[in-house]
Amino acid sequence: MKMLSRKASCDSHGQDSSYFLGWQEYEKNPYHEVQNPNGIIQMGLAENQLSFDLLESWLASNSDVLGLKRNGRSVFRELALFQDYHGFPAFKNELVEFMAKLRGYKVAFDPNKLVLMAGSTSANEILMFCLAEPGEAFLLPTPYYPGFDRDLKWRTGVEIVPIHCSSSNDFRITASALEEAYQRAQKLNLIVKGVLVTNPSNPLGSTMNRDELNHLIDFAIKKEVHIISDEIYSGTVFDSPSFISITEAVMEKHVDHETDLLDRIHIVYSLSKDLGLPGFRVGMIYSNNETVVAAATKMSSFGLVSSQTQFLLSNMLSDKKFTSKYIKENQRRLKKRKDMLVSGLRSAGIGCAKSNAGLFCWVDMRYLLRSDTFEAEKELWKRIIFEVGLNISPGSSCHCSEPGWFRVCFANMSQETLKVAIRRIEAFAESSSTASGKENLSHQRSVRSSRRSLSKWVFPISSYDDHEPADR
Amino acid sequence: MGFVDRSQENLLSKMATGNGHGENSPYFDGWKAYENDPFHASENPRGVIHMGLAENQLCFDLIQDWIKKNPKASICTPDGVDAFRDIAIFQDYHGLPEFRNAVAKFMAKVRGNRVRFDPDRIVMSGGATGAHETMAFCLANPGEAFLVPTPYYPGFDRDLRWRTGVQLLPVVCESSNNFKVTRKALEAAYERAQEANIRVKGLLITNPSNPLGTILDRETLRSIVSFINEKNIHLVCDEIYAATVFSEPGFVSISEIMEEEITCNRDLIHIVYSLSKDMGFPGFRVGIIYSYNDAVVNCSRKMSSFGLVSSQTQHLIASMLSDDEFVDRFIAESAKRLGIRHEVFTQGLDQVGIGYLKSNAGLFLWMDLHHLLKEKTFEAEMKLWRVIINEVKLNVSPGSSFHCSEPGWFRVCFANMDDSTMELALTRIITFARQSEELRIQRKRQCWASNRPRLSFSKRRMDDIMTTQSLLSPHSPIPQSPLVRART
Repeated sequence: MKMLSRKASCDSHGQDSSYFLGWQEYEKNPYHEVQNPNGIIQMGLAENQLSFDLLESWLASNSDVLGLKRNGRSVFRELALFQDYHGFPAFKNELVEFMAKLRGYKVAFDPNKLVLMAGSTSANEILMFCLAEPGEAFLLPTPYYPGFDRDLKWRTGVEIVPIHCSSSNDFRITASALEEAYQRAQKLNLIVKGVLVTNPSNPLGSTMNRDELNHLIDFAIKKEVHIISDEIYSGTVFDSPSFISITEAVMEKHVDHETDLLDRIHIVYSLSKDLGLPGFRVGMIYSNNETVVAAATKMSSFGLVSSQTQFLLSNMLSDKKFTSKYIKENQRRLKKRKDMLVSGLRSAGIGCAKSNAGLFCWVDMRYLLRSDTFEAEKELWKRIIFEVGLNISPGSSCHCSEPGWFRVCFANMSQETLKVAIRRIEAFAESSSTASGKENLSHQRSVRSSRRSLSKWVFPISSYDDHEPADR
Repeated sequence: MGFVDRSQENLLSKMATGNGHGENSPYFDGWKAYENDPFHASENPRGVIHMGLAENQLCFDLIQDWIKKNPKASICTPDGVDAFRDIAIFQDYHGLPEFRNAVAKFMAKVRGNRVRFDPDRIVMSGGATGAHETMAFCLANPGEAFLVPTPYYPGFDRDLRWRTGVQLLPVVCESSNNFKVTRKALEAAYERAQEANIRVKGLLITNPSNPLGTILDRETLRSIVSFINEKNIHLVCDEIYAATVFSEPGFVSISEIMEEEITCNRDLIHIVYSLSKDMGFPGFRVGIIYSYNDAVVNCSRKMSSFGLVSSQTQHLIASMLSDDEFVDRFIAESAKRLGIRHEVFTQGLDQVGIGYLKSNAGLFLWMDLHHLLKEKTFEAEMKLWRVIINEVKLNVSPGSSFHCSEPGWFRVCFANMDDSTMELALTRIITFARQSEELRIQRKRQCWASNRPRLSFSKRRMDDIMTTQSLLSPHSPIPQSPLVRART
């Protein structure tokens, strides 16, 4: 008899995917400015390390929170005992306010419709448990965050059917792609329960435009399916066009009378990316559907947010001046970093998808492939890890339908480290183009034509060498 | 939420619309009664006292004192803020090494340092709630089963079954031998599963036991280990109450049996732990899985992504539990205070002849009220329970919610309140017991009277005896309870 469950013995946890293998190589040989300057630079981790100083200085000037006090009285005991899965009311009030602020107050949220749980990892899994039976499916536009394979499918038994998006239209979701995915699911005998989108997108780093959102909404109405909008990067939108949340899009379409649809819209959020606090495990689901809220609340028992953390953050978020300042400054720094990376890539002859959000760029290295195949992509990726010393994420790990795309993170390192990374990329690109002389002539021609088409992808930006006071 | 409309049933999963969450159990009904009318010493002295919540509130003073003296443990203090960014960013599911080391050390201390725990086998989870669900996901497929000795913690019905599809099958334990887990009962349960064509994947024991408050002796543990080895099924030991053992006999952990039993397949042995009961920190969600099986460690660690312990909390706990002097003092003092509570409570019950299972651990008592039942049925138990909630104003937990096979047992928690509240609760119980006894005697008298008209008692005389007794008793906790009606 098999001693462990099927779930334990299979590899649906997804950790054998290349997404994680790169991390393993990084862990064996991690870059350090002083101690290991030839090590591998981690560019596969979508973390926001740019604005800790702002959080630290807030902490330094708010001593009550420090000693777990409220009005001078210790609240330790209250916190230690607080395990109510409805969550800290003050914390939820601040969160909905924060979420509204990130959406320019174009929408308002009700704290009673917010459910807290340990990270968006948990939130996405809980939604699957609530919305689908094992064997049913959700459609996801590609490329998508590799972690979804584990979060949505592993313990739930739910299937993912990809909606193929293509570089020919900036990987935008089209009505036909949605329909095509739906048909494919039907042919596989899979009942489609909904669509999950990440907006702003990981790994594209762009916000969904109105057309896409409308296609999505139309589709959900027609097929009577759910929409899950993972808006975990909503606070990282640093450039126009501005962020349109699913809530706003639905309001604008005036489908309020379609009360059925409102029952099928669910938002996932977290403080891991916007505030850079992944360690604190603060995730949440926002839903208009009472039954979903009730069920998700009960399921959150399996991963509640530590009361200690709820207390700290409810205090921090209640400081409205601070949050406004933080949001603005954080976005400014992200934009600067992104510009730096894009500019560096451009000078190496490498383009990337136009982006206005996120902690990464979606980089086009198709012209560096030996052939237009995923094997060639994997080869290139290994060269980048071992020869260039960068851990970046290959598009295939994100289920991209076209080989040659890579996600490169820019917010999880110091500015200096990013410069080192860029220099390495430049050196690599140069050696790649001079390495095989004659053979590369046609290659170089295609490089030049790629550069011409770069303008389609890349915003005109200033050089990354401007000398502003040190930011991280 | 009882009623879910049809349209939601088609829209959502069965899991979301069904009752698998188990919250319609009477275990939670009492909580609702409390929430509608919660006791408060000054603001609502006639409210319902919550005795259905197994919390340990006796030692917060020690912890608060430690926190004041150790500002570095909080990443929010000027002393600790240097660590802020490293901690805030840390989401590695291996957990902070210092956290695992501190927890391993703490677990060893709680077992009198008779065993050592390997920090690399320590896996985090969202409380013991998350740990149990994760174990079920790792060890069993939907439809397969775990055996659990009754009575057991009602939360297991949700934690092990709801999202996993795993079944729980009872191992029936009886009061005739103090609810001992016998080999015979284990075999019988296993046999029943076989007959029903249900594959048993493991046995789940809670030691010390909730709700019994007793520990498993060495012989029983060995017998259990031999049973699971023979059947080649897993053994999950929930040792969440390990540090609440306040008197002899001493606690024997499965880890100690593992040190002696070399013939046991270690791959079958797993421990679930948490800081919620021993330290009194349920809000911090510190659950632990400790497995002797490498594959289970690996799998549960991956699954811990769904319920990691906040790094802020890991940091605090790592600091606190590394303070040897504090930990030693805390463990000793906590056990002492629990022991005192237990003694005061049981002495009170002794006064009125209320039976209870002799216990030496836990945050509760397993009270025997079967003599107060009109008939030996679970319906009668429910009736009695509603009287206790609505009239005596105590939220105790009925044995049926723990799947007890015999009606009349109730779990009463005593560590989740201060001394005076506990004494008040005790007075209410004593008064109720006396009133019930009076009633019983009255009925008997009426029966007598109808059969033997010459004999008669003065009701008043009986009252005098009862009242006088209570005034004379040196153990009477409070001279006057607000619920004692004026008799003169």
